[in-house]
Order: sequence, then C-alpha cells, then structure tokens
Amino acid sequence: MSNIIIWTIVVLFGLGVILSMVLYLVANKFKVQEDPRIDEVEKVMPGANCGGCGFAGCRAFAASCVEAGNLDNNFCPVGGNDTMKKVAAVLGLEVKEKAPMVAVVRCNGSCQNRPRTSEYDGYRSCKVESMLYKGETDCAFGCLGCGDCVGACAFGALSMDEQTGLPVVDESKCTSCGACVKACPKGIIELRRKGPRGMRVFVSCVNKEKGGVARKACTAACIGCGKCAKVCAQEAITVADNLAYIDFEKCKLCKKCVEECPTGAIHAVNFPQKPKVQKEEE
Amino acid sequence: MQNLTFKMGGIHPDDKKISARSKVEILPLPEKVYVSMAQHLGAPANPVVAVGDQVKVGQVIAEPAGFISAYVHSPVSGTVKSIGPRADLAGNMVKHIEIEVSGDEWMEDIDRSTTLITKIPQDNAFILDRIKKCGVVGLGGATFPTHVKLAPPPGKKADCLILNGAECEPYLTSDNRIMIERSSEIIVGAAIMSRVLDNCPVVIAIEENKSEAIMIMSSALNSLAKTMPECGRIAIRVLKKKYPQGGEKQLIDAVMGRQVKSGGLPIDAGAVVQNVATSLAVYEAVQKNRPLITNVLTVTGDCLTVQHNYQFRIGVPLSFITEYAGGVPNEAAKIISGGPMMGKAIANLDATTVKGSSSILYLTREQTERRQETACIRCGRCASACPMGLEPYLLYKLSKVGDNAALEENAVQDCIECGCCLYSCPAGVPLLDLIRPAKGNVLRIIKSRK
Repeated sequence: MSNIIIWTIVVLFGLGVILSMVLYLVANKFKVQEDPRIDEVEKVMPGANCGGCGFAGCRAFAASCVEAGNLDNNFCPVGGNDTMKKVAAVLGLEVKEKAPMVAVVRCNGSCQNRPRTSEYDGYRSCKVESMLYKGETDCAFGCLGCGDCVGACAFGALSMDEQTGLPVVDESKCTSCGACVKACPKGIIELRRKGPRGMRVFVSCVNKEKGGVARKACTAACIGCGKCAKVCAQEAITVADNLAYIDFEKCKLCKKCVEECPTGAIHAVNFPQKPKVQKEEE
Repeated sequence: MQNLTFKMGGIHPDDKKISARSKVEILPLPEKVYVSMAQHLGAPANPVVAVGDQVKVGQVIAEPAGFISAYVHSPVSGTVKSIGPRADLAGNMVKHIEIEVSGDEWMEDIDRSTTLITKIPQDNAFILDRIKKCGVVGLGGATFPTHVKLAPPPGKKADCLILNGAECEPYLTSDNRIMIERSSEIIVGAAIMSRVLDNCPVVIAIEENKSEAIMIMSSALNSLAKTMPECGRIAIRVLKKKYPQGGEKQLIDAVMGRQVKSGGLPIDAGAVVQNVATSLAVYEAVQKNRPLITNVLTVTGDCLTVQHNYQFRIGVPLSFITEYAGGVPNEAAKIISGGPMMGKAIANLDATTVKGSSSILYLTREQTERRQETACIRCGRCASACPMGLEPYLLYKLSKVGDNAALEENAVQDCIECGCCLYSCPAGVPLLDLIRPAKGNVLRIIKSRK
C-alpha cells in the first residue's frame, strides 16, 4: 500500500521536474526581446490610457517614443510638459515645451439666448440627434445638449449646466486629451491655448449662417459683421463663412474685440478685473 | 393562389388605413411655392432660372447636376422671387427656388386632357429621355431617379418588373387611392417600363388589405387587355399583410422568391422594383409629356376628424396643406412626414413638399411616448423580427462600444432601418436609434476603402 503512495509521489515529482525544464527551455528559446526602456517610460506616464496622444494607450505611446528616437512628434497632452520632461530624462532626449491647452466650448446658446422651437424625444445622444435633425432650436450649428462630450471625458472635467443646458469645462481637471472634441458631432469644442493664468479670448459661436438668420436663432450668435477683425491690431481674427475665428497663436489678449462685438459672442475668461462685458464661464 | 409574402422576419402592426376611403381632392394653389433643389437621391439640381423670371407650369427651373440627379420643373406659373437656402423639414439648409403664383398658365406642349393613351412609343431611347426630361423619380420613398433605374448596367437583365403597391406602412393611403382612381394609367405606365426593360414580365404586387384596389386594378387590366397586347405580360399578385413588405428586397423575395445578396442591387437578382405612383408619373411623362409636378399625399391621424388625400403641387409649403385640412389638431404631439414606422418627424412646418412627400401624419402624445428602457432580457424577438436576418441586440451593443470591425462583420450595412426591432422589443431598448449611426459609420468606412 505504502509502495503505491511512494511511487505516485516519485512519478509526479519526476514529471514536474521534466516539464518545468521543458517550459524553461521553451520560454528561453521564444523569449520576446523588449526594450527595457519602454517599461521605464511607461512608469512615468499618467497611466490614463485615454488615447489623447493618438496612440492606443500609454504603453503604445512609450513604445513609439523609444522607437522614434526623438520626441518631436510625440506629446502626452494629459501629463503635459512635466511628464514629457520625465520621458526625455529617461530616454536622454530633448523635448520642446508646449503651451498648455484646454477644451473650450464654443457655443453660448443657453435657454435664454436660443429659444427652443421643437422638442426632441428620441434617444438622448447628440450623435443620434444630429443624424435626425438640426436640433431643438433654430440654430443648426449649436450645442444639442445631450452631453456626448460629458460621457466621453475620462477625467470628469465636463458637466452639463442645468440652467444653460450647455457643457461646462472644469479647467483644473481638463487634460486637453481631445476626447470631447471627437465626441461632439457639431464640432463645437476646440482645444485652445490655456493662456497666461488661464486668460484667453475666443469666439463662443460656430454658426456659419448669415447674420440675420443666426441672430434670429440665437441672440448670442456671431453674425460675421467683421468689427472684431477691424479692431484687432494683431490680425489674429479672420472672418470666413459669416463666422469670426481668433487665432490663439496671434492673440495678445487686448480684449478690444470683446468690447466691439455687438452680440457678445466673443468671450474673455479669467481676466482679473471688474466685469464690464458679460462673462460666462464657458 | 396563396397570397405571397417574404420569408424572413417582419411584424404585423395595426394597419390603421383610416383615410382609405377619402377620395383624392385637388389642393388649391397657394400664394407662394418653394421648390427644393434636393428632392431626389444624388446631387442637388442646378437652378437655370434667375430672380425675376416669369415661369409657366411645367417649365424646367433646374437641371441635373450629375448622373444620379434629376430635372426640376416649376409646379406653378408666376415670378421667381428668390433663390437661396431654406430650412427643409429636418431644419437643414437646402437651396430652394421661391415662386410667387399668378394664374395657372401651363407650358403649351403638355397634354392636359384626361383621355387615356394606350399606344406605347416603340423607341426606348425616346421613352427614357422623356422620363428623364420630366424629372421622374421613384416615389416609393427613396426618390432615386427613374431613368437610371430603368437602364440596367450592361450585362445585367431584368427578369421581372415588380410594381410596388404594397404600401405596408400603417396610415398611408395615397398609393391605395391612385390605384383605385388612376388604375388604367398605372397599368399603361407599367407596360411602358416593361417595354424599356426588353419586354420583361410585370407583377403588380398589392397587399391583401387593399381589396378595393385589387378589384379595380384587376378589372382595369382585364378591360385594357382587349385593346393592348402588352397587358398579356402584366399580372396582379396579392400579398399577405406584413411590414416591411414594401421594402425592395422583401418584395423581390415575396414575388420572385429570390434574395438580393448583401451589398447587391435588385438588378443583381434580376428584378426592377418601381412604385405604383412612379408608374403613374411615367405614364404622364411619356404619354402626356407632363413633368412630375404633382403627387398625392395623405393627411391623417387618429386625432383628426376628417381624413384627406390631396393631389398637391410639389413645392407647396406643408403649413399650407395643414391649414387647408383644418389646422393642426390640439392633440397632435408629433407631426410625421411619411409613415409611422420609417417617416421623419417634421421639425419645421414652413418646410416645403418634395417629390417624395407621401403623408402628413398627426400622432398624439400617447402614441409617440417611448417605453421606459429596461435591461435586454435576450428574448431574441428583435432577431426574429428583422427582415434582413440581422441580430439587432448584438449590433446595438457593438454600436455602444463603437466596434466598427465587428459591426461590419455582423452586416450592419444591410440594415434597412425599417424599425421592426424597435417595434418588437419588449424592453423598450432603442435598438434602431443606435444601429443607424453605426450603419452610417460602417458605410463610410466601406466607401473610403474603394
């Protein structure tokens, strides 16, 4: 009886030894050679796997950095300059500083500014609604208010304002990964330069309709009058398709255009002075 | 003979043909019409008139802007007031020609008499040219230019022309009414189209709930057969009542027992499908040289006391029709253009009628209310209701996660957006709502590969 037990133990032990040797040899033979630097780079990444850099996740980004041998085309918008400096230190490379960006909602069509003309009772999704019709108001360009951008944000930086029906960006949380930009079917959200102490000037409207039509649909619409472009000394403002656009590379934050705009479509945020022009936290 | 139907899926909604007995009334002329340049599938037409021009009824006011495009004619006589963008019924801006109506002066070469002309021209090129010049498009809903559909690509041959009189959408009765009131013209139109398609046989397919139309069409066919030898090729077949029988692929299956393969066209299965209203338009174009400037539309709804079928000039604003029909009822919560299954909600009553307008349908709050969405219980009703053999619950899930590769593998591009899945779901899951954008994405991906 005890014989059987001993033999069983011996055979199983022997099998274990042989098979582990086979496994060891096979593992050695087919070992995947990976650059150890990829692991090191990945360690300093934020680890959100948001895809804001254009790669599938942080590891894919790290692999790309290591492979490319320079950091000219790779930038992690979430980690920003700090993370990129760490990556550069790990790899011993140079990195150019980039101005921090932030998501900006370019629509001010709140319930007061933009009256509803129809009621949408379909599936609550901007993507679905925009396929079916222009939206609940007469503005065919503005925010639909179903909150696809809020759902797309992995950092909880976006929320819907109950009163205005528009999304609000929490600047402290926004990492400028660009997920909301892709999620918005109307292309309202743009990544703009955050500006010194968060100060920035932008046109809060994307309506390309002629002035009269745009104004009728929304009192805060850009009517493409071009006054802002005339007053701008930096030539930062262009008017195309009845819509003004401020180039944040050229804008010197003088705010002349904000005072000039007849509809209040140009917003200046985070400026530290008494509010003369109506300022909405976008 | 047993009534025909398609094999896979389908549902049986209450047919609600409450306006079936209302005779077609002729709508008076409004003060102004707005003629849309995008009334057909394909490129929007290019206006050929200028502001201030005097136009007559039937005059060409816009020319096709590509191979798949169509002529547009003035539905009224008067002065061109403006040419510019205007909101269509979904609120999207489309180029329209605004014409102020004065009098009712027609082009001289249009035969306005009601005499039936049964002698069919022998020249196919002449027939196709007439159909093209008269701006005839498919009136079953897709508004695909008819002259393109009647000229199969080389190497392909039509074995059968199916005339679609199924009208499977609940509420709609315009096709039913024209089959009752214009039966002989429809049959001559069918004979003309058959002539173009190398004298192929014609099957006029009508659903069993339109017994009056079946009877009148049959007797019209019998009496025409005495004078027209072409009628020997035409047969009338009765279909079982089932939605979406009017879908091209479903109709081909029901009548011919053939399947159109994924991504294929009806002509690949040897079939050409035309609506009965298109057949009437073809008759008027070829025999009377009368362009497509009128169509029949149903104004209906349970909250409406009197139901109407109107013959309207294409370009009349929807608001003019609703006013003439007695105003929008107070109970109406939603106004739909087209049937309740596939029609579009009208967001803008100032929008204008187009060639494909088939109805104005009023639905009450209770009728439009969405069911509370609960969890999918995997009962599989959507899959058994899908006439294309798809798995809507799966496509819905894949659409939610945005897996385009898996969506394509599961043939989301074959979806005909009939809404059977949504209708049959006991859990109120918005299946089609999410499948539709997924289909759009996948079609774009497929197109970009070419």
